[in-house]
Amino acid sequence: MIVQHMGRALRGVAVALAAAALPALAQAPVEVPFYYPVAVGGPITRIIDGLAADFEKENPAIKLKPIYSGSYQESITKVLTAVKSGDAPVTSILLSTDMFTLIDEDAIVPFDDLIRTPDDQAWLKSFYPGFMENSQTGGKTWGIPFQRSTIVLYYNKEMFKEAGLDPNRPPANWKEQVEYAQKLTRRDASGKVTQWGIQIPSSGFPYWLFQALAIQAGTNLMNAAGTQTYYDKPEVIEGLTYWLDLVKKYKVHPEGIVEWGTTPKDFFEKKVAMMWTTTGNLTNVKSNAKFDFGVAMLPAGKQRGSPTGGGNFYLFKKSTPAQREAAFKFIKWVTVPQRAAQWGIDTGYVAVRAEAWDTPAMKQYVAGFPAAVVARDQLPFAKAELSTHDNQRVTKALNDGLQAALTGTKTPEQAMKDAQREAERLLRTYK
Amino acid sequence: MTHVYDSRGIPRAIETAAAWLLGVLWVLPLAYAFWTAFHSGEYSTRFVLSAPLTLDNFVRAWAAAPFARYFVNTVLLVTMVLAAQLVLVTLAAYAFARFEFPGRGLLFALVLVQLMIMPDVLIVENYRTMALLGLNDTIVAVGLPYMASAFGIFLLRQTFKTVPRELDEAARIEGCGPLQVLWKVYVPLARPVYLAYALVSVSYHWNNFLWPLIITNSVESRPVTVGLQVFSATDQGIDWSIITAATLLTTAPLLVAFLLFQRQFVQSFMRAGIR
Amino acid sequence: MTRTAQWAYAWLMLLPAMALLALFTHYPAAATAWHSFNSTPKGARSAVFVGLDNYRQLVDDPVFWQALSNNFWFALYTIPASIALSLLMATWVNGKVAGRGFLRLAYFTPTILPMIAVANIWMFFYTPEYGLLEQVLGAFGAPSHNWLGSKSTALPAIMVVTVWKEAGFFMIFYLAALQSMSPNLAEAAAIEGASRWHFFRRVTLPLLMPTTLFVLVNAVINAFRMVDHIVVMTRGGPDNATALLLYYIYEIGFRFWDSAYAAALTMVLLAILGLLALAQFGFLERRVHYR
Repeated sequence: MIVQHMGRALRGVAVALAAAALPALAQAPVEVPFYYPVAVGGPITRIIDGLAADFEKENPAIKLKPIYSGSYQESITKVLTAVKSGDAPVTSILLSTDMFTLIDEDAIVPFDDLIRTPDDQAWLKSFYPGFMENSQTGGKTWGIPFQRSTIVLYYNKEMFKEAGLDPNRPPANWKEQVEYAQKLTRRDASGKVTQWGIQIPSSGFPYWLFQALAIQAGTNLMNAAGTQTYYDKPEVIEGLTYWLDLVKKYKVHPEGIVEWGTTPKDFFEKKVAMMWTTTGNLTNVKSNAKFDFGVAMLPAGKQRGSPTGGGNFYLFKKSTPAQREAAFKFIKWVTVPQRAAQWGIDTGYVAVRAEAWDTPAMKQYVAGFPAAVVARDQLPFAKAELSTHDNQRVTKALNDGLQAALTGTKTPEQAMKDAQREAERLLRTYK
Repeated sequence: MTHVYDSRGIPRAIETAAAWLLGVLWVLPLAYAFWTAFHSGEYSTRFVLSAPLTLDNFVRAWAAAPFARYFVNTVLLVTMVLAAQLVLVTLAAYAFARFEFPGRGLLFALVLVQLMIMPDVLIVENYRTMALLGLNDTIVAVGLPYMASAFGIFLLRQTFKTVPRELDEAARIEGCGPLQVLWKVYVPLARPVYLAYALVSVSYHWNNFLWPLIITNSVESRPVTVGLQVFSATDQGIDWSIITAATLLTTAPLLVAFLLFQRQFVQSFMRAGIR
Repeated sequence: MTRTAQWAYAWLMLLPAMALLALFTHYPAAATAWHSFNSTPKGARSAVFVGLDNYRQLVDDPVFWQALSNNFWFALYTIPASIALSLLMATWVNGKVAGRGFLRLAYFTPTILPMIAVANIWMFFYTPEYGLLEQVLGAFGAPSHNWLGSKSTALPAIMVVTVWKEAGFFMIFYLAALQSMSPNLAEAAAIEGASRWHFFRRVTLPLLMPTTLFVLVNAVINAFRMVDHIVVMTRGGPDNATALLLYYIYEIGFRFWDSAYAAALTMVLLAILGLLALAQFGFLERRVHYR
């Protein structure tokens, strides 16, 4: 009897304690570890820490923990290592092309369950469709665009003047691009080139820049489901032939593999008059080019075109609903127009929503630096960056083929056929 | 200390010239780092003596990460790793060099496995182990996998094996136990090797990057290389000015330490050899 | 000391190191060996035993064979060059050369500077048109060349960086070994009228053999595990011309996330290195002059 009494009393105490603890539990802040890479210059870690602090001030119930995770490559390594040990972040910025990898690893969840109100739906629709192509598959949204880019053409206006070209009229199509480059290429008495007409980098990830040529020639390199590549389509081979013609036929583009990392420097050093590179370089070029330069959309082949690039927010599976809810809140918060605009201004990335371009801060920035809008104006022509299942391997097949063609070991046809055969072999199991 | 076989006359001049030629070639990257770090970007590819000096690159680099705290962490890390290594490596090397026991060959081969397998391959498993031990995001976790160093065991085994047996036996006759012999005979004689090992170990852990990045999250546990890495991002091309400034910033303590310690390479023999 | 006491002593002294090695090297290495006989787990699809499938895949993988052959040439050129240079450097800075402090620092810079930064600096040296090499060669009227961007020169360019790194590293150990040699030996030999070369060949070199064995084993292993500068400088390109074995493993493990296939490649690499180490020990250990 006594024991029973004591038991009941104890239970009562326990219930009372639990009741007292409940509000405390509700108030305990939700922790949201958030991995982010740094891929451009400037005090990015400071900016992110500042954003996190502002967010926490407005949302005291959420404890956002921004964790710098290296380059994009190191970030995915860090994330997947953690995932494999059951210790993932709640959210992370990773390459938009990592989507299939993360889905195949069963690491992420789609945003669809969180997008419930009409407001949320309107928010999702407000991102540029070009950026959403790499963020959605199978009818679900797996990534939210944040730091995105495309390829644009940078050109040296002074060299244009010296060559008798109109510095305010960049090449509009492939034919003009060749003609301009021919006028802009200079040789000394011995025939050695002292100034190249054009440069399209081909080290590390040549597929990205090449993809622009393929899109301009009329086709993208893969389907939206990420199960099929079109490396040996005639348009693709046409794009590669054009690139090689710049090198071999017209001799206006350096031979061999052009290093991505040194291309901006080549431009600053006046070794090249026109370069293709990411919009992420805007701030860099603006502060380091000691001459008047222009930024233009990539010239059109059959059509204009460029792939998109850069990073998305992802949500990780190994998190509580409350954590996901909190992370989603932050992602919405950080992509509101004025913050999307500010992030674009600070980093050089393309602001991801149309409304961002209507904010006073962005209008003022654009007025002082009109080159910034080129990327936005090119977005209607932008297509998804190459991304498939077994993404990196399928991409490597193309990279190897491109480098083989550029270094002269294979013809364009042969290189693209080999790349396609390899890609088909790899994608067999995903069909 | 004079060396009877030091060359003289013309051969000596040729050798000095050759040594300097190699020296200049070898120091070139460091020299370039100094040049570029102290000049603005436009001079990073142009070597004009009249170019104006600047500290801007250092200011920008310093501002990009909490370097002060990172330095503290790195110093703690390398000290802890080196101290543990010296003890563990000495004991193991002594056993391999001067003891007969069953399984010696096999165990030594097992030690060498660590030399052959690259740490990157072990990252996923080791991360899991650290999580089990509850050590994630600590300085200890950064250092622990490296404390038993096959490189060090192998190096000291080779060194201990060259110690004359007579010295060992003499000490034993005086009544020293095995550990006393180790401490009184082997360790002093190997001092230059310890110094070499210490320099190499400290440099390695000072500069190690991928494992620390993955196993740590917070400013309180991250080493200085994580701060350095921010500048190696390649999306917008290489900015040599800031990379070199950040490199000099992070490795300056190592450079100074080396300049101080390289003299010890001369003195250590004197002290060690005369015992 | 009795035999059993000796054994106990030895084992006790080995215990702490072996325990840590078992936890952080052998256990993960054994796990890797096991993974190599399984398929790569991908999310919901867990690993299944596939026997030798991963090894069969390897036989049919042209990039693997290219990486292996690249690595073979890489090892063949860089190992002797690094060892010879390191010995030369150590001998110089052990003696009374003018500016010894500076030279020691110069030779040691490869070890002090982080490889990622160094690789970026070397990229400047190799840059076409205005890179350091081009500036120097251009002064002599040589034509411009894209060192890292052509298939024929990319691997040699990487080899130069490797020799720079390795020679400076091994120099330290030769220097330390030379430092622990007694000067009495040289004096005695000089009294007997031995020439400098004779003394070097007959006395110094044999006494350095334990160090040489150490350096050689490490040089061979390092030739198969250098990867940092390749990640920065060429990413294995152009068209796999600079893909070395470990770089390829790194790519498969951390870019393709095919851990099973990476495990199989790791096992192959481990087997190669193990055999090479065994050969070196079998051949050299007997000739090494231990006292």
